[in-house]
Amino acid sequence: MPVTTADITLTPEELRRYSRHLILPEVGLEGQKKLKAASVLLVGAGGLGSPLALYLAAAGVGRLGLVDFDVVDETNLQRQVLHGTKDVGRPKLESARDRILDINPYVQVDLYETRLTSENALDIIKEYDLVADGTDNFPTRYLVNDACVLAGKPNVYASIFRFEGQVSVFGTPDGPCYRCLYPEPPPPGLVPSCAEGGVLGVLPGLVGTIQATEVIKMILGIGTPLIGRLLLIDALHMQFRTLKVRKNPECPICGEHRTIHELIDYEQFCGLPGRNGETAAQQTAESAVPEITVHELKARLERGDRPVILDVRKPYEVQIASIGHDLLIPVDELPERLAELEPYRDREIIVYCRSGVRSERATKLLREAGFRDVKNLKGGILAWSQEIDPSIPRY
Amino acid sequence: MRTTTATVTIRIPTPLRGFTNNQETVEVSGATVGEALQQLVEQFPRLKPHLFNDEGRLRSFVNIYVGDEDIRYLQREATPLKPGAELSIVPSVAGGGL
Repeated sequence: MPVTTADITLTPEELRRYSRHLILPEVGLEGQKKLKAASVLLVGAGGLGSPLALYLAAAGVGRLGLVDFDVVDETNLQRQVLHGTKDVGRPKLESARDRILDINPYVQVDLYETRLTSENALDIIKEYDLVADGTDNFPTRYLVNDACVLAGKPNVYASIFRFEGQVSVFGTPDGPCYRCLYPEPPPPGLVPSCAEGGVLGVLPGLVGTIQATEVIKMILGIGTPLIGRLLLIDALHMQFRTLKVRKNPECPICGEHRTIHELIDYEQFCGLPGRNGETAAQQTAESAVPEITVHELKARLERGDRPVILDVRKPYEVQIASIGHDLLIPVDELPERLAELEPYRDREIIVYCRSGVRSERATKLLREAGFRDVKNLKGGILAWSQEIDPSIPRY
Repeated sequence: MRTTTATVTIRIPTPLRGFTNNQETVEVSGATVGEALQQLVEQFPRLKPHLFNDEGRLRSFVNIYVGDEDIRYLQREATPLKPGAELSIVPSVAGGGL
């Protein structure tokens, strides 16, 4: 990676601070200057963004850009070590900036309190030498990939789920990109998110520090970065494996005859209702399922009007929080356990889960199976806790 | 003429273990990747829609590796398997712990 260090000097304070790097032959004074001259964009200041920001700041990367629009929430603290208890309710970017500057005041921190979009991605990314992708959703993954390929910036990629992680380096001139590995995203709902599936708190620490290591190696130009290799991390058995990732000659964005020349609508590409456009509206209409709000349900229950209530969460979730149910069938088991619902075929069924995502899937499934009066409880147990009964724990 | 069938191990990733009774690996026999996967979904039918589309083709967001090589760069589902071969299913995962 071309980083010019001609104009870079280190003060006596900086020389002291980085002494353990300076005595490493692979880093040395020249390497430390490269780090100071370098700029890295961190997309997401959450689980992976935390160790990335902490270690890249400590290592002396000269300029860190952070893109995030979230606010620190109590449920973040189990893994997002960039933020503390005192930061709950603050924008993540503010809390991140304070922590980074506390670790290393020599770092310049640029904040982008926005969602990364097709409109702003190229303008933001072009200001940096490389990008570290620590986002949590497929549309942004593909957006970051495409923007990095178009802008010619390496993309140090990582993702996590439960006890497992993946790390690779995409978007280098001769290496593969994310689309070479996964040409298309899975349809929405098929792959659970961390919010749905959970994640071991230390896992983003483990995976994000590997990501940070790759960023530093790329800046210094040392060792063998994970270009053309996908590192699989299994924390439960503590096994690490690497798989080959080939550059796909037919890749639509980095291949020889590429068909994508500008950023597209990634929500639509990932099958989600887009922010604008007719197709998006049509998609919403097609995929919409009947809903009931928590207020409507509460009013009806108070009137003694009692629909059949189906909880589609896992049994262990019921132990954490519940608003009661007539039936408990985890959504993944629903297709084989439809017989249990037969007695209620002619009644109204209200389906709920934690946030309303799994229950939407279940509602769709039941309607396709011929159950006519099925409704999804909008916002799930989280909405119930927020708007009806705060004594129900949110998790 | 019958091809010899090899016993191979398929590694199941976390997001799909709910469909294999939480088994992390499954032993099947098959002379090719296609045969091995067919046996896997016969053993665990609920896994099928996650690996194959309605036309019975492997879904594009599910990568299958033999050892460390992507079958797209071997002979895809016709890739022959030696006894003891290790197949990995590597689905795309988006989480960043946000």
